[in-house]
Formats: sequence, C-alpha cells, structure tokens
Amino acid sequence: MNTNHKRRLLLAGALAGGLGGVAAAVGAQSQERVIKVVAKKFDFTPGEIHLKKNVPVTLEFTTQDVVMGFNLPDFALRTDIVPGTTSRLRFTPDKAGEFPFHCDVFCGSGMKT
Amino acid sequence: MDNHINRRSFLRLAGLGGAIYVSGLSGWASAAAKPGAANEDFFFIQLSDSHWGFEGAPNPDAHGTLKKAVAAVNSLEQQPDFVVFTGDLTHTTDDPQERRKRLAEFKEIVGALKVKTVHFMPGEHDASLDHGEAYQEFFGKTHYTFDHKGVHFIVIDNVSDPTGAIGEEQLAWLAADLAQQAADARIVVFTHRPLFDLYPQWDWATRDGAKAVDLLMPHANVTVFYGHIHQENHHMTGHIAHHAAKSLIFPLPAPGSQPKRTPLPWDDAYPYRGLGFREVVAEVPKAEYELIELPVKKEGA
Repeated sequence: MNTNHKRRLLLAGALAGGLGGVAAAVGAQSQERVIKVVAKKFDFTPGEIHLKKNVPVTLEFTTQDVVMGFNLPDFALRTDIVPGTTSRLRFTPDKAGEFPFHCDVFCGSGMKT
Repeated sequence: MDNHINRRSFLRLAGLGGAIYVSGLSGWASAAAKPGAANEDFFFIQLSDSHWGFEGAPNPDAHGTLKKAVAAVNSLEQQPDFVVFTGDLTHTTDDPQERRKRLAEFKEIVGALKVKTVHFMPGEHDASLDHGEAYQEFFGKTHYTFDHKGVHFIVIDNVSDPTGAIGEEQLAWLAADLAQQAADARIVVFTHRPLFDLYPQWDWATRDGAKAVDLLMPHANVTVFYGHIHQENHHMTGHIAHHAAKSLIFPLPAPGSQPKRTPLPWDDAYPYRGLGFREVVAEVPKAEYELIELPVKKEGA
C-alpha cells in the first residue's frame, strides 16, 4: 500500500467524487493483504492503492459521513459503503497498470460528473 | 417529403454539417406545417446540460450561454415541433432553497423559447441529492412517455437514484409500456446518462442500463438520445443507436482521453467552442434520424 500523503491530498483536492487509482504492479507475492480504505465525501484515504499482480487482496471500506460507493470498473468491482458498517471486496489483480476508481453515489456538490 | 429531402441534400452538398447555423431553406415545409398527420417527417431540438448556476473558468459566460442557446433556437427559420432537454438543467447545490432558485431561473429562461412544447428530464445535478423532489415541483414526472406523429417517445430517469440506476420499479414500467408497442414501432428514448457502459471509469454509465437495453432490444426501431458527457458521441448496442449531445456550459474530454475528467478549458480565441445543440430530423416512415449539430452562436456573431 502506498500512502503518499502529498499525492493523496492532491487527489482529494482535484478529484471530487473520490476518483483515485489502483496501480497493480507486476511481481507476485504469496501473502494475501488487507487494506483499509476510509471514505468521506469526495475523498478516499488512501487515494492511491498499490497492489501486486496475482496477489489476492481484501479491501475493507468504512465511511465517515454518508453512503458512498466504491467502483473499480476495470476489475468489474463495486460495493456500497454504508456508515457504521464495513464493506469488503476480495479480488486478485490479474493485470498490471493504473486503474481509476471512483465513488458512484452522487452525494453532494463536490461531485463533478 | 420532397422539400425535406431537398433541404437535407442542400446541407450535405454544401458541406455544412455541424459547422453552420442552420436556418432552413425557403420553401421547405416541415410536418409542423401540417399538424395532426401521423407518420410524417418532422424535427425536434435537443438541448442538454446547461448547468444553470455553474460558475468557473471553464465558461466565463456561464450566465449568458443558456440564453444565447434559447435565442439561437428561436432564430431558426423553421421552428421545431418540440424541444427536449436531456438533463442537468442546473448545477448541483447542497442547499435545497438554492436548488429551487436555480430551477426557477432555468424555467424562466427557457420559457422564452418560441416553441412551447418542451420536454424536460433531470440530470444527476438536478435530482440526485433529493431523489428528484425539487425537480418534480417545477417540471413534473421524471419518467414518462408521449407520442408524436407516429413516433413513441420514452423518457427514462436514471439519475434520481443517486447510484445512477433506473431501478426495478421503473424498469417494470418500461417493460409494461414496451409490451404495448409493436415490434416495428418507431421508438425514441431520451435519458440523461448513457444506457450502456461508455466509460464507467468516469461514471459514464447507468448501473442497470443493460436491463433497459435488453427490454428495448426486441424492438426493431429504437434510437436513444442522451446527455451527461458534454460532447457528441455515437454508439451502437446491436441495432440500437445511442447519440450523446453537446453541453451548454463546458465540453468534457473524450472518454479516457486524459487521466481526469476535467472540463476542456475555455478558449478566448474560439468562445463557445465545443458547446452547442442538436437538430434531429425524424424520417418517420423509415425510422431514420438525421442529426445536425449546431453552435450556440452564429459564427462571427
């Protein structure tokens, strides 16, 4: 997981709606990872997630304010994120590259769709 | 209609495409001149994504562009049978009172259209934060049908649900409506978001749009017009054509053409570039549609 704080703030400020990126690097590891992602209006933390190709991962989502959605179209993954609960997505990246994710629940004037 | 064909031929021969302000040819008689007859050719205007209330560098004339578009439609030599506005009439605000103020101002501005038959639908900016409540106070139902000269029009709401879905209830309504249409009925669908996955990475999709397309697919003559993506785009799902319209506030980049879905910058050298509206000439007997893209302002005006 890359938690480059400067990059995360840049994404939070410039990409309303929570658009961020998943970067899947080549190079397998055997150990499954769990990454916690905290959502709030127009922001995911971390805003950029680095994964290893062919290494299974579980993303755990919580939200601080409103109902949000996490959508990673390139991997056909999405989930609702409901306050007070934890949503989980388990998958194995099967390709390398940078793939945008976004919140797909319209929740305020910071959305720039 | 000979005159109609002549007009289209003129446009084609003159190479006028979408670059010219179309004023129509003298002597051209549209179906509007002979009201009441079914299965006659006619034309309508599609306006979209005016985002009334937006302010920012992507359009320094945000308060003037919609009015210019209304004036442009009014100055067409031949007035359309009707105007349709495919959503995002206003720009998002979290304040319910401000939302109503913007909707009221928008309604007043488009009230200046000469053509009084105007069909509206919401975009997510109008309706997603309150499930269409304020929108309905001003414009009524968010999904409905109407018929015009042999064409069945269906307005689908894929924005009042903040997840960008049509929803099972509306899909059932759509199925029931389509069940009453002949397999070869001329059907035109208006919607805000694309019904297909244009570029889901930028939220240019409808979560359950494929279900609507599946319902439409058994019908031989279906065409979809939508907005949302602020640019002209054409796509086929099987035999169904989908046409996106330009915006009246700022253009957006081509799907996936840049990392972020940021508006294309305003260019003082070419003001209003990328903005515009569309004339749709419906050839009813053949269920064909000619699209003519028109600018907000006359060149040089």
